[in-house]
Parts: sequence; structure tokens; C-alpha cells
Amino acid sequence: MGIAAIKRIGTQLLLGAALLAAGRPAHAIPAFARKYGLPCSACHEAWPMLNNFGQTFKDNGYQLGNDRDAPIYQQPAYWPIMFRVTPTWHRESNNRVAVDQVPGTGTSGLVESTVTASGFDVGGIDIVTAGTLSKNISFFVQPFIGNSSAGLAQAWVRLDNLAKSHWLNLKMGKFELDEPISQERTLTLSNTGVLYYNYFFTPPGDSNFFTGIGNDQLGVEVSGHSSNDYTRYSVAVVNNSNGATGLPAGQTYNVFANLNQGFEVPGLGLQKVGVYGFFGESPTYFQTNAGNRIPGTGTGNRSFYRAGAYGQWYLGKFDFQTFYEHGYDNVFLGNSVAANQASKLPAGAVGPTWNGGFVEGHYDYNPRLILISKYELIRMSRQADPSIRSNSGNLDTWTVGYRWYPIMNPRAGLAWVQEFSRIVNAGTAPLSRKDDISNSYLMGFDFDF
Amino acid sequence: MRTKIILAGSAVFFFLLSSLSSGAQQTQVGNFVGNATHGKALYQRYCIFCHGKYGDGTGDSAPYLDPKPRDFTKATFKCRSTPSGSLPLDSDLYDTISRGVHASGMPSWKPLIRQERVDLIAYIKTFSPRFQEEKPAAPLVIPAEPPTSAESEKRGAELFQSMNCWLCHGKEGRGNGPSASSLTDSKGYPITPFDLSSGTRFKCGESDQGIFRDLMTGLDGTPMPSFADALKPDQAWDIVHYIHTLRAAKGRPTPAQAEPKAESKTD
Repeated sequence: MGIAAIKRIGTQLLLGAALLAAGRPAHAIPAFARKYGLPCSACHEAWPMLNNFGQTFKDNGYQLGNDRDAPIYQQPAYWPIMFRVTPTWHRESNNRVAVDQVPGTGTSGLVESTVTASGFDVGGIDIVTAGTLSKNISFFVQPFIGNSSAGLAQAWVRLDNLAKSHWLNLKMGKFELDEPISQERTLTLSNTGVLYYNYFFTPPGDSNFFTGIGNDQLGVEVSGHSSNDYTRYSVAVVNNSNGATGLPAGQTYNVFANLNQGFEVPGLGLQKVGVYGFFGESPTYFQTNAGNRIPGTGTGNRSFYRAGAYGQWYLGKFDFQTFYEHGYDNVFLGNSVAANQASKLPAGAVGPTWNGGFVEGHYDYNPRLILISKYELIRMSRQADPSIRSNSGNLDTWTVGYRWYPIMNPRAGLAWVQEFSRIVNAGTAPLSRKDDISNSYLMGFDFDF
Repeated sequence: MRTKIILAGSAVFFFLLSSLSSGAQQTQVGNFVGNATHGKALYQRYCIFCHGKYGDGTGDSAPYLDPKPRDFTKATFKCRSTPSGSLPLDSDLYDTISRGVHASGMPSWKPLIRQERVDLIAYIKTFSPRFQEEKPAAPLVIPAEPPTSAESEKRGAELFQSMNCWLCHGKEGRGNGPSASSLTDSKGYPITPFDLSSGTRFKCGESDQGIFRDLMTGLDGTPMPSFADALKPDQAWDIVHYIHTLRAAKGRPTPAQAEPKAESKTD
């Protein structure tokens, strides 16, 4: 693998992280608190992270099951809309950025250098409108407005309690997969700590359309749950477009399934365990017109999957989230080679595999203060191309921080946030192939209304 | 020997300490024993915005709620299995928390684990000294329900008139009787009689036994009195059967057809 390729991958990783951080679509919906007169803490362990009551409310189609659910109950002036903004000051530092040896001179050659930047910032604005169109018909619409872009994060409608059963609900549109631990409800905000990297990982040199379960997907989902939400399942069939709107480039559909079970442990609280899997095929080449891909013509499909297990463990005021993932991409996807050009596969090429996981711990000092720590890792177990360094793509990241909620009422929420995070990307420094290390510190406000 | 004495002494000390820290009021539902200290943390998370810091029903959301949140300092509860005026059983409070109170802002808190619900009860009971000074009276014994029949419904209709139920609930049970507009609860807030024809979920449970219990224990803190002294059990069952006809007359499902399923003590 050449230096140029490594530079490209490193740049992609950084860009991907930055884009994902900018696109942080997290949810805490004071519109519901306003509707029911409940505080944020009723549904959120610490917003935006849901507790079991909030998860049940969500799974019931944003209904508490009383006579206040139907929109007709609300005053005509009630409008179920919220926004969330995070004005912050943050400092970002990367130890190995490729820079011109002589600043401003593109021909002077590249060297690696530490680059540090800091300042005040506003990451964009989340706008969410969600609720019930009628009893047992819920909806969710979430445009995202960034500093230089706008998009549609989610838009779906859900038929709830079909056949008068909690066990049958049907959702269609663009939605967050029923992720084991919702990345859209992460408590951390900093550039390197905001996301779960396992949810967005593809190995070095991989061309799979699908980049991870963290992306909102287009499709249909069937789900169900017990009345107390201890048992839950969901099965989604989605486009192979990785959530991009418009008709998909390929011709196959992918499947995501999640099953979890909660159980009470005396003296500790509710514990949850679950398993999940995403199985699909991605095209490796397309019909083209003047070299441009023609939508719907993707072919040479090859398989991939992500599968794993997870748990949420409560020990009094402590809770831990544990997550494990095993990933596999077909050899053609892993080497970015069209399936009709097998001769272009490198000698000894195989389908890449990897394992990853994270542990996130919280300490609920009280409903207004939560301490957070997170450690995540990814380890390549098999590279697609034997010439790729064995640890390329490996990743370690740590985050510590806290959120303090001076305002948390049925109308609005305000949190003061401080966190520090660090990520080590093994062997992805653009020139030296040494470890690429980024540090991020953030403090600021996170508020919604 | 000395070690054993020290260990035994320590055990007694910590037992007494834990008794003090959890309050002197024992709260128990089934095998779950409530812990008021844990309940306080849960109360602050889930309940305080409606019921208020001091449990007096004056939380931040209270001005916007109708009916108003329960004032725990009065220790007066609508949904009981005990006679009117008595404290409720712990299991009555547990059922209310688990089921929620229909036609109010109180949702079902069944997603909380059972221990947490019992802990909440332990803390709620600290708001009123009555729970330390009194014990709940013996709960109502609900006799077996006789079969529904046209005769029973007819007798129930006659009792509905003669017992003046219609004055509040209206002749068709729609909650629009001549007295309806002037009713207030025990704190002086206007209160609307339940529309018996409107739905399938009563405030204190949707089963026939629940409706029977409401008739015989009354809903303390509201104008709904206990009819325990005025009705024989068979007569109360007749009224229960008649109430079903009010729903059916409006094309509503009976409780057996209703959804979602009610909470139960054995969840």
C-alpha cells in the first residue's frame, strides 16, 4: 500500500469523524415534556440518553397510554417541535498532520506536524418535530442545519400497536436503526468523543457502500416489545444506499435485526442484554454513462455483515454499557475491486475481518449531574490485502467528562458540559505511518427547547 | 468468642442504622421491601415536577394539570381497597403507580422495576405523619361476581337512578348531570364526574372488581362517596353491569375487549 493511499485513508478517517461530529443528530424532545408536564429526567437518564421509561414511551409510539396521547387532546396552539443547539469552546489537536514544509509553498514537500486549533463554535442546529398524528400513528421529522449544509436526518411514520398489540409496529421512512446503544443519544459532544467508532467503521482500502449501523437508513422496520419494554425486537429492511435519499444505486436490500431482554436484579436494578446483526450485499461495479454511475444499476453484489452483543448494566448509581461487534466484508469489497475483475485482486487477498467494542460508564450523582467515561477500541483481525500493515485501522479512544443540568423542567433543558477525549489511529499518520493521535477538549452549553 | 460478639454487635448496629435511614415505616409489596432513601432519589427524578418537593401537589407542572396532582401530605388517596377515610394498603399505591390514573396526567410507571416502585411508595409515605400514626383498615372483600343478565342490568339502572348517581354522572352516564358543574375536590378545585360512557378505563382499574371496589370504597378526596353502607354486594354488582350498558350504548368495547391490557399486581 502506497503512501498516497495511506494519506487518503487517514484523511478519510479524519474527515469522516469531523463530518459525523458535525452531523450529530441527538434527541431530547421537550415537546413531549411540554405535552405531558413531565421533566426531562422522567424519560432520560440524562438527556439525550433514554432510561427505560423513555424507551417504553418511544416504543409505544410516543404515547404514555393514557388519554393525553391523542393530538386532539392538546390545545390548538401546541406544536410538537424542539430545537437543540450546542454553543461551545473547544480545542482540537492532531499530532501528525501533513503540511507543506514551507508554509504556502505547495512544491516544498510534505512533513508531519502537530496542528492545534481552538475557539468558540456552534456545531449546527437540530430541529425535531415528532409526536402522534392520531392515536397509534406516530411520526418523527428531523432536518439538520449545519454551518454550511442542511440535510434530512430522519423522516418516518409508524403504525403503532397493530392488531392492538405492543408486539407489532410498522415504521417506514428514514430512521435510526434500533441500535444496541443509540449513538444519536450519546452524552458526549467533543469532536473525537461524540460518536461510537464501531458504528461507522470500514477497514483500510474498503469500498463497501455500507459504512456502519450508525447511519440513519431508508427502509421499513417491524418491531415490538412487552408492556414494560423488558423484551424488545426489531427487524428492518433497508436500501443499500447507506441512508442516502433518492433511489439507491444498487439493487439489493439489507437487513438489520436487534433483540434484547431486560431483567431485574434485586438490589441493583434493571439489566439489559441483547444481540444484533446487519447483513447485506453491496454492489462492486455499475453501469456507467461517460464514466458516471447510473442509479439502480449496481451489480456484482458481494456480502458483508456486522454482528455482536451488548449489555446495559446498572449498579445503583453506576451504570455501564458494553458493546461488542464483529465485522466482515467480502474480499472484493475489502479490496475495492469490481467482482468482474477478479484478476485485479492482490495476491493473497481475503475478506477483511475485525472486532471492536466499547465500555461506557456513567455515575448518576443525581438527576442533574452525571459523570461519563468511555473507552472504545477496534482491532483488525484480518486485512483485506496482506501488504497492509496488520494493525492499520486499529483504533483506541478514551473520553471523560460530565454533564450538569442547571435547568431541567417540562419546558426546556440546559446542560453545562466539559469533556476531554483522545483517539489513537494505529499506523495512519499520513507520511510516517506512525500512530495518528488526536486530542479534543470541549466545554460549553447544550440546550434544547 | 470475642470476635463473634463484635460481629454480632456490628450486625445489630448496622441493622438498626439501616432501619433508621430507611424510615420507621415499613413498606412491603409482595417480597419487595421499600427503601425511602432510594425512593427519594426516584421521586426527584420522576415525580417532583408534578407532586412537588414536599409532596403537596404543587410541582412546577401542577398549574397546567387538570386534575391536580395528588397532595401526599393529606394521605388521602382515590384508589384504595380499604374503606373510605382509611389509609391505603401499600399494594393499593403500588397498583396506582403501576397502572397510572386514566384521565389525568399520571402515566403508568410500569417501566420502573418493581423494587423502584416499592421504594417510591416508601418515600411517598414519609410526606404524611398519618402513615406513622395509623394503620390501614382491613381491605374490602370482593364477593364473587354474579353473571351478567338483563335483569341485573335493569336493577342496576334503577339503582343508578334511586341512588342519585345520575345527579353527577348524568342520566346516560356521560358525566353531565345537573350537579356536575358545581363539583369540587377536597382542595376546592373543580372536578368533572367520570364519563361512564366514554371509555373502558376507569381511574382505579378497568376490571369489574375494580369498579365494584370504587363503588364500595369511594374515591377519597373527590365527591364520589362510598356506597358500602347503602348498597348490598349484589346491588353493587347490578350497578357494575348497568355501567357496561352505558358503554355498549355508545358502541364502546367492554373491558374484556379493551386495550391495552391493564396492569396487574403480578406483573
